Amino acid sequence: MVDFNRFTLANGLKVLVHEDPTTPMAVLNILYDVGARDEEQGKTGFAHLFEHLMFGGSVNIPSYDEPLQRVGGENNAFTSNDITNYYITLPAENIETAFWLESDRMLSLAFSEKSLDTQRNVVMEEFKQRYLNQPYGDVWLKLRPLAYQTHPYQWATIGQDLAQIENAKMDDVKAFFKKHYNPQNAILVVGGNVKTEEVKILAEQWFGPISAGDKYNRNLPKELPQTEERTLTVNANVPLNAIYITFKMPARLDQTYQVYDLLSDILSQGHSSRLYNSLLKEQKLFSDINAYISSSLDEGLFIVEGKLVAGVDMDVAEQAIWTELKKIATSLVSDDELTKVKNKTESVMVFSEMNLLDKAMNLAYYELLGDAQLLNIEIDKYLAITAEQIQEAAKITFQKEKSSTLYYLANA
Amino acid sequence: MLNRTLAPDFIQVNDINFIAPKAQQLANGIKVFTVNAGQQELVRIEFIFQNVNYDRAKPLQAVTVNSLINNGTKTLTAKEIAEKVDYYGAFLQTEYGADQTTITLHSLNKHLVSVLPIVWSIFNESIFPQQELDIFIQNQKQKLQVNLQKNDFLARKTFANAVFDNTAYGADITLEDYDALKRDDLVAYFKAAYKPENCTIIAAGKFEEKEFELLNQFFGKAWENHSPSTINQFSFNASSGEEIYIEKEDAVQSAIRMGNLTVNRKHQDFPKLQILNTLLGGYFGSRLMANIREDKGYTYGIGSGIASLKDAGYFFIATEVGTAVCSSALQEIEKEINTLKSDLVEEQELDLVRNYMLGSMLGSLENAFSHADKFKNLYFSGLDYSYYSKYIHTVKTITPEEIKVVANTYLDWNAMTKVIVGKK
Repeated sequence: MVDFNRFTLANGLKVLVHEDPTTPMAVLNILYDVGARDEEQGKTGFAHLFEHLMFGGSVNIPSYDEPLQRVGGENNAFTSNDITNYYITLPAENIETAFWLESDRMLSLAFSEKSLDTQRNVVMEEFKQRYLNQPYGDVWLKLRPLAYQTHPYQWATIGQDLAQIENAKMDDVKAFFKKHYNPQNAILVVGGNVKTEEVKILAEQWFGPISAGDKYNRNLPKELPQTEERTLTVNANVPLNAIYITFKMPARLDQTYQVYDLLSDILSQGHSSRLYNSLLKEQKLFSDINAYISSSLDEGLFIVEGKLVAGVDMDVAEQAIWTELKKIATSLVSDDELTKVKNKTESVMVFSEMNLLDKAMNLAYYELLGDAQLLNIEIDKYLAITAEQIQEAAKITFQKEKSSTLYYLANA
Repeated sequence: MLNRTLAPDFIQVNDINFIAPKAQQLANGIKVFTVNAGQQELVRIEFIFQNVNYDRAKPLQAVTVNSLINNGTKTLTAKEIAEKVDYYGAFLQTEYGADQTTITLHSLNKHLVSVLPIVWSIFNESIFPQQELDIFIQNQKQKLQVNLQKNDFLARKTFANAVFDNTAYGADITLEDYDALKRDDLVAYFKAAYKPENCTIIAAGKFEEKEFELLNQFFGKAWENHSPSTINQFSFNASSGEEIYIEKEDAVQSAIRMGNLTVNRKHQDFPKLQILNTLLGGYFGSRLMANIREDKGYTYGIGSGIASLKDAGYFFIATEVGTAVCSSALQEIEKEINTLKSDLVEEQELDLVRNYMLGSMLGSLENAFSHADKFKNLYFSGLDYSYYSKYIHTVKTITPEEIKVVANTYLDWNAMTKVIVGKK
């Protein structure tokens, strides 16, 4: 159970406070409701590049990191296809420094050309390090446009290619800031050794004066229902053949979302799971096999991926995956198997309460979903799932005409 | 009127409280250290075994035993073990380290009584089935093939081998080493290493009298294994400054890893060296990051670190940089090292590092698990909590002159082993 208090400033900024007196630390987490899905075709990778620029100084404070480190704090951020999340941890006594820094960069950035130049380079190196200079590193650059044809999930957060990052202009940066970085579009969570009354005063003082800005109304292109099987074959300098099969699955807020999460756990969580035992241990077709979900705010993906044992025929390996998928779509999982994945989910949730930053991030994310209180009833949704629901989800999902398959083959 | 150009007042971290564990023994003499703290009804129990009987001809013995220890006992198959552990929502992880091997159990308190017998069984009744070993060999070889195509992996492995030769710290593992694995060797290692006289238990979370009694009930009785063993001990020659270049024609980035042997946590200079390391490359605002990432944009990240092992310490710098700027990056790294040796650190920068390190130490003590981790650092280095008092005192009081002395004592560009994988 993660307790919290909640209030909203006049400019629309939502604030949540989680009091945890057992730690001497505090966390300030701010989630902006903007991700790579909000980018335009041709200017992709921008939400993530922008996240880097948020550290390049703000209107009244030339350096973001330096004053924070000076008070014993640390920070980082991440961008996904759905959100951009920034967080600070610091000794609770110095919490006001976090309000000062975070509010100033919501007020306005410094928009320095030097910072834009440098961060373009840094992000291009990140692109190379994570996507180009790694075996199988570009899989998602290929798989996303195969699975999505109109929705902006067709590109990865890093962007479609290096050139779009290289071409980012200061005017784009300013426009992006104005459109997305305002109080109405953000959720602030303060956690740790703090008091709600104190947070209220600090929030009013530092964030209160920031103008509400214009409301961004998201209107993304809808993905049409998929009716035909899609495939793509890629040859690359990798040692092993690999296969990636994706299926469309419901969005995060759909009431069956949790069913799909458990479905992927039954197939692939740990060494007692079905795919691991059948395909890796018994049939010895794969050296690596996984199933997981993308947990996206819009229609998401259910992914099955594996690396084939050398010498195994791709058709045989692919057929073996489908046999397992058909099996779970045509017969009920046992009570023990279902209890097992529910117990595991419960454990994961309890263990995540050990970490202050995790708690703060979770509160922000569930507030974005509609209500932070959803975090505390999430487990009930999992515990209520039946074997029939698992089978039904598998049946409507695992169909050839709804699949997109990438064959990633080793050059001979 | 709010003045946003003025930083709010702040204070330097003063009180850092460590929770020392309670030391107890099971009926058979196994030492148990427990940090009982936290609200959640959960525990983490680590069973730690010293690595023993290292044989250069069989570098994968210990790690393979560790990986396969939960893959079959006299009464349970690998799948049955996994099913039972998973059914109770528990996590059983195996981790092979340079000096110790750890089996970690995470469990909710309510299921502890059900999962502890499974753990006991794998320590006492594991049989290392040949078919499990065959699958392991095949799949690990495939993983190694993939990893060998990653420049940073290759740089790390090559560096470790250059500094530590074919000891457990630097063994240059090849596909052939996997082929050479024999079941009999695994069983022999299992019998020598997984015995009560070689085991230390560290428990953290809601671990009270009841939980200790459970632990004693299952692990305080007689164990099966008692073969003789000698704890690994290694000695090394100082690095000679060789440069190893592995060319990768189609690389778009080069992985750089360089460094040298240095002192470990037991040495009195270690806290000073940690401060020096933080200045150079140990945090986001470090000199290497400020210059090579934030000013030049050559890389997504660069950092330095010091690792403390039982029989050695080592210092390293690691990064991946665009191939076109590889030589420039190396020059800048050299420049930053030499500046620390020639110029005094400004008080303003040093103060920032002091505060950052104290805040970081405070933040690293967030729950029962992290207090247990801090204890492990001490215990396996033969130190007590006065180490942390001294560390904190050193961070608060070190002078720019002392930093310069430490830099001149421990950093020498010419003596560093340098590995570059990619293009330069």
